[in-house]
Amino acid sequence: MTTIAAGPPRVAGLDRAESLPLVNERVVLCYFVASFTFFIIALLAGLAYSLTFLQSYPFAGIEWLSPGRVRMLHTNGLAYGFIANAFLGGLHWAVPRLTLRSVLSDKLSWLIFVVWQLIVLSTAVGLLAGEAQAVEWGETPVWIDPVAVLGLLLVGANMLTPVIRFKGPMYVSLWYFIAALVWTALTYTMGNFFPQYWIGGTASGAIIGLFIHDLVGLFVTPIGWGLMYYFVPIILKKPIWSHGLSLVGFWGLAFFYPLNGIHHFLYTPIPMFLQHGAILATIAVELVVTTVIVNFFATLRGSGDALRTNLPIRWFYVGMVFYFTTCLQCAFQVTLTFQRIIHFSDWVVGHAHLVMFGVFGFWILGMMTYLFPRLVGASGWYSAKLNSWHFWLSAIGMLVMVLDLTMAGLVQGFAWDALMIWEETLRASTPFWLVRTYAGGAMILAQFLFLYNMVKTASMGRNGAAVSGGIVSGGKIDV
Amino acid sequence: MFESKSGVLVIAGLAFFIFAFIVMGALPWTIYKDQPELTALELADRGLTHEFVGLAEQFPERFAEYFGDVTPGAFAEALTLGRDVYVAEACWHCHSQFVRPVAREDIRWGPVAHAREYSNELQRPVLFGTRRVGPDLSREAGRRSNDWHIAHFYDPTSVVPLSVMPRYTWFFDENRVPNKKGMAVISFVQWLGCWVDEYPYYEEGLYSNPAPMPSAGADDELAKHGDAVDEKA
Ligand code: HEC
Repeated sequence: MTTIAAGPPRVAGLDRAESLPLVNERVVLCYFVASFTFFIIALLAGLAYSLTFLQSYPFAGIEWLSPGRVRMLHTNGLAYGFIANAFLGGLHWAVPRLTLRSVLSDKLSWLIFVVWQLIVLSTAVGLLAGEAQAVEWGETPVWIDPVAVLGLLLVGANMLTPVIRFKGPMYVSLWYFIAALVWTALTYTMGNFFPQYWIGGTASGAIIGLFIHDLVGLFVTPIGWGLMYYFVPIILKKPIWSHGLSLVGFWGLAFFYPLNGIHHFLYTPIPMFLQHGAILATIAVELVVTTVIVNFFATLRGSGDALRTNLPIRWFYVGMVFYFTTCLQCAFQVTLTFQRIIHFSDWVVGHAHLVMFGVFGFWILGMMTYLFPRLVGASGWYSAKLNSWHFWLSAIGMLVMVLDLTMAGLVQGFAWDALMIWEETLRASTPFWLVRTYAGGAMILAQFLFLYNMVKTASMGRNGAAVSGGIVSGGKIDV
Repeated sequence: MFESKSGVLVIAGLAFFIFAFIVMGALPWTIYKDQPELTALELADRGLTHEFVGLAEQFPERFAEYFGDVTPGAFAEALTLGRDVYVAEACWHCHSQFVRPVAREDIRWGPVAHAREYSNELQRPVLFGTRRVGPDLSREAGRRSNDWHIAHFYDPTSVVPLSVMPRYTWFFDENRVPNKKGMAVISFVQWLGCWVDEYPYYEEGLYSNPAPMPSAGADDELAKHGDAVDEKA
């Protein structure tokens, strides 16, 4: 069992990386557990909120569970609880392997872990207590913001130290990780402090637009792709198809993505030439994304069977298809022609779900499917069947939801444009909202199946029991 | 350079980000720098709204208890608190606060948004919003009566049967009289757009005067209306 298809050649000679005390697997496991816990909470919050739209919100009249607050719990829980935690776990796994150096300090890792959970928990409590900040995706109460920035700086120190200590050519993933660690701290500071303390009015809208977009584009996207560049070649046991295309993808993203933000506020009083600039930059991103997608699918060529036999690969590549879809969608929906109709509608909500759940959620779930058994010391998954259900329920739920919300958006947009009375537009939306709730329910059910499977697998790991999972279960853990 | 640590860190991580921040963030700020950002008190000094005074007249004791006398200072306090509630309850995730120059929004709500309208403390961070489950609120002032809002916040379906807006029962005391939060949030929505000379009551008109059965004359009227709509679009 030797390693490793990707990464700089010097790694290839080494024996199993984990024979060195390189990776603290307990930290990774704890991040995954925290991540999944917040995932479930945030999904339930989303489900509850969706019932508002069917006039049957279960907690109506309870101030702390006011639907607006629960909506923010849903989005912030997913961004900072689910995605950030899972990514921190992924970084703790991948960075030391890519640099052959451990992180700066084990104690620091634990400190960051604890601090981050406190940040997410107090964000949740703060939002429910009615202390939100009027920055979309950054509703974190203002008194938490400095702590969060400090936390991000510590993450940077912890993760960048092995990168700096390591000499020699860097693998693609590391470019993404380095840049993402810098960008995340900058983005968070920009979005949470500038519009609050220094810049008001219309100009603060521009900054908030940048923040909304950079959070996805400069924190979630680069870490997500960095992890894909790491896991996909390892599982497929072959290198990424083209180094040149990786370069194009990275630098294209680095240049164009930060220029996109204002497209969230088209037709506002923000100067029109900046809106046009943001639109062009967004379309450019779509071209860049295409190169990345081509690179990954060319890598898959000849190993296509893995989509069927290897569950993590299936999660990853279906996520990539969704990624390409969202980006293609973006190139159109960002134009003023589309904006006129679809802005403010459920079309955008569908788009957001496709990105957060369909892409990054899928990648994270794939990563968990791949790593979880070995993190708990099991030789495979408890049940391959449950894993399969997990995938299909998530995927079908996601597809139904995004198609449904896209249609809802078109109906709403044209109804508004036709000057339909507002109440009637609600009537027109109701069937779509009903389907949305069911689709979300399927996605959540899938996660409960996964949860059950994880609990069973973990207890198997503790008892040192044998596998029943096999390959389809994602039991390939021979990195 | 493209694959070195310093290249990635300095050029991609810092330089590109700062470049984008300057172009897309700092530039609009310099453009609007000359518009002074008014404080809530300066806004209130421009005059109290009828609706704010109306609250004081309708609930004199409660009002006095919460805000004291009917002064610009009290109005500023109510607006600020109303805005805080608007943020805390995520009203801005269901309601936008800008009228676009497209999709006939000026017919439904009135004058298209202007940057000047946002140069004040209450729009920091700005409350443009990105989703409309309910209608835009930037032209809400005076569109409805205080009583309508009181009934609506307590139970939206009591006035709009299909409404999916949440109930805000905690804006009220045990006698269903708006409490401090309730008065503040009503003052806030009744203030939004009060600086605009006039705007249409599009839906109001359709509700209260259902169009008569089309006769020859009415047809012409409708046709004219249709033309106007098309021109504006
Ligand atoms: C779940 C989404 C949602 C939330 C949250 C929400 N609203 Fe609404 N709101 C609606 C919908 C839908 C309507 C249209 C139906 C109606 O009039 O009730 C509406 C209508 C309104 C109206 C009447 C507009 C008009 O003149 O027709 C006002 C005023 C209003 N909302 C204010 C608020 C305030 C203030 C808050 C926060 C305390 C808030 N809304 C929170 C969905 C929401």
